[in-house]
Amino acid sequence: MKHLIKSFAAFAIIALVGCGGKEEKKEDSSVKIRAKPKTEVKQEAPAKSDVKPSQMVDLTNKGVGPIKNVELGETIDQAMAAKGAEVFKMNCTACHKTDKKFIGPAPKGILERRTPEWIMNMIMDPEGMVNNDPLAKALLMEFNGSPMANQNMTEEQSRQILEYFRTL
Amino acid sequence: MKKSINIAIALVMAAGMVSCNDSGKQNGKKGSQGGLSTNAAERVYVAPGEHDEYYGFFSGGYTGNLTVYGLPSGRMLKEIPVFSQFPTNGYGYTEETTPMLNTSFGFVPWDDSHHPDISQTNGELDGRWIFINGNNTPRIARIGLESFKTEEIIEIPNSAGNHSSSFITENTEYVVAGTRFSVPVPQRDMSINEYKGQFKGALTFINVDQETGRMGIKFQLMMPGFNYDLSHPGRDKSHGWFFFTTYNTEEAHTLLEVNASQNDKDFIAAVNWKKIEEYVNNGGGKKVPANYAHNIMDENTHTATSTMIKEVLTVDPLDVPGAVYFLPTPKSPHGCDVDPTGEYIIGNGKLSADLTVHSFTKMIDAIENKKFDGEAYGIPILNFEDILAGVVKQPGLGPLHTEFDNKGNAYTTFFISSEVVKWKVGTWEVLDRQPVFYSVGHGMIPGGNSRKPFGDYFVAMNKITKDRYLPTGPEMEHSAQLFDINGDKMELLLDFPTHGEPHYAAGIPAEIVAPKSKKIYKLADNKHPYASLSNSDVRVERNGKEVHVYMNMIRSHFNPDNIEGIKVGDKVYFHVTNLEQDFDVPHGFAVIGANTAELLVMPGATETLTWEPKKVGVWPIYCTDFCSALHQEMQGYVRVSPADSDIELSWSLGED
Repeated sequence: MKHLIKSFAAFAIIALVGCGGKEEKKEDSSVKIRAKPKTEVKQEAPAKSDVKPSQMVDLTNKGVGPIKNVELGETIDQAMAAKGAEVFKMNCTACHKTDKKFIGPAPKGILERRTPEWIMNMIMDPEGMVNNDPLAKALLMEFNGSPMANQNMTEEQSRQILEYFRTL
Repeated sequence: MKKSINIAIALVMAAGMVSCNDSGKQNGKKGSQGGLSTNAAERVYVAPGEHDEYYGFFSGGYTGNLTVYGLPSGRMLKEIPVFSQFPTNGYGYTEETTPMLNTSFGFVPWDDSHHPDISQTNGELDGRWIFINGNNTPRIARIGLESFKTEEIIEIPNSAGNHSSSFITENTEYVVAGTRFSVPVPQRDMSINEYKGQFKGALTFINVDQETGRMGIKFQLMMPGFNYDLSHPGRDKSHGWFFFTTYNTEEAHTLLEVNASQNDKDFIAAVNWKKIEEYVNNGGGKKVPANYAHNIMDENTHTATSTMIKEVLTVDPLDVPGAVYFLPTPKSPHGCDVDPTGEYIIGNGKLSADLTVHSFTKMIDAIENKKFDGEAYGIPILNFEDILAGVVKQPGLGPLHTEFDNKGNAYTTFFISSEVVKWKVGTWEVLDRQPVFYSVGHGMIPGGNSRKPFGDYFVAMNKITKDRYLPTGPEMEHSAQLFDINGDKMELLLDFPTHGEPHYAAGIPAEIVAPKSKKIYKLADNKHPYASLSNSDVRVERNGKEVHVYMNMIRSHFNPDNIEGIKVGDKVYFHVTNLEQDFDVPHGFAVIGANTAELLVMPGATETLTWEPKKVGVWPIYCTDFCSALHQEMQGYVRVSPADSDIELSWSLGED
């Protein structure tokens, strides 16, 4: 029921956006209903590259969430990574295979594209990230609108998973 | 639209009040309390997103369950399955939960639940557990107030009509279960008209482990063959005693509506359980053969086990001198209520014109000075006048039950005259009376059965609904009415329908319970033998005609979602684990043609649905709980081949 209500709310928002200006692209969610659409906005949108959000490299964005700063050791902490592998197996493998796209993206090589903070924030608060981080939101759309589940990971567990990702 | 209806109703009501001034006295009198002239609506309004002040746990009566309401809004929050099958979540259908309903009579899928009572420490509500009785096939259940799930059920042997139950002592030392119907003990083939003097009434004291809540029968007190109707613990000064009302002290076995109303006085049985406990701890009592079920839900395996126990310790009251006395009480008393100080014991004689109040102090004095007025089956009867504290004179007709506030007042429900009467404990003076609609059974004040009541609200649980709501055909829900009791006069605030037939309720401030409410089950703690906690556990195994599917699910797919190699005549066990670890993300599981119910699996839990496919074909499975934007995609197929097929078992997810 709650989900239904949420869906109705979503429809309502869509309807509102629809009323505001039909000619606008739907990804512009910050639309002001009364404002006339500017043609420049339209031109900006296609300026996006063809690179999929999952392949985009962004090594400055720390995401939005509880993690502000993570120091990675020079070498991989193998004990921590082993714990991370265990946590990952129980909580994440229903949707993630390490080396290929499954329900969600593969974590292999993730540190070449994302900051450690972004990764941990995504693990710890996926809903918050989708709401507040444009890249996380773009990823949701790339992956069929299938939301990443919040597995209630502690900061320690998330850090262990991050260390495990370094081994992949 | 709603506003215009309200205005229309207001107009009709106003018109009704004017025109009914001489004929409809009750309506006229109530006019001064209508929603128009008070802020009643505001006082029960809980704004969207806000929470109620109190949990109210209402027995479900013939639903066999326990319903949870928010007070003062009267909003129903949950139905907790206890003694009855509950297809909504599979309770009583799944492999894990069917043992909970096992009894010495086999699987019993229904009961009649009556009197919930919340655990206490030092006479105050502590919110650890709530207990409730099954009346028909005598059982007591314990529900955990972190999970709001039935965690344990124990059957009561030698009992029938488990009605004077389930009330607890003030440190939850015991849950007490008394039999309403006396029966032959042990049961045997005998003539019904040999009842008198032959039947026994068992009063059962079940001890409670303070860490785990686990119950075990400590002893059964084998009393004369009366009907034991209701009971309450002594508290504070009377802690260590327990009081039971009796009726049918005539020991009639037919036409009780006449034959059980002959005596001027029946009894309240006063039981010194501490004395009997000591006797039992010193090796007293007699172990007799019995056969009763003890069912426990393990939170880590998510699975219940049922154990049959073959022996019970019985105590003959005559073997423990000074342990049991009878307090004469007019006339077929129903409720047996003890005030918060523990001094007063109220007998609600349902055929009596007056309410009788016994004094605990005087009772002890009468016992010490042997002020007896004969005996019944060897049990001393105390002299009525010597133990009487007072009488509430002609307060109404048909008193059933009395509840207490925190200001020294008592509130008695009157079924026949359909009212709640407030009176002063100690002076016995009637302070207020309010009509209820219609014919109230029990009433409830949160903490009203403890040393520390919370005197904000009184809820009347009415037995007759008639015209209080939009008509719904001949069968209706019962009706509760909420009164504000903070002032000198009770003020009616709200009507709300209740599910089944609540016989009693227990309320508790939300702040005691809400903070510890469980949100998910941790996957790491899941010890279900058939759990598939990660995808490497996913598999399908055949053992003869039994097929076990180790399946898991997360938004928004089942793994596996394609299964082949099942055959007609197989018995397929879908062991489904919900891998979510987020609050309020259950997934459902249903399969076409299953002769059971769905599964509703909470995050981190494993449940099992049994399916015996009867037809060849490719049959769908799907998630029944709208779980995500891709919920409609959460489905799969099971191929069922003929019984003689040689197709091997196979399973997959995301493979072509």
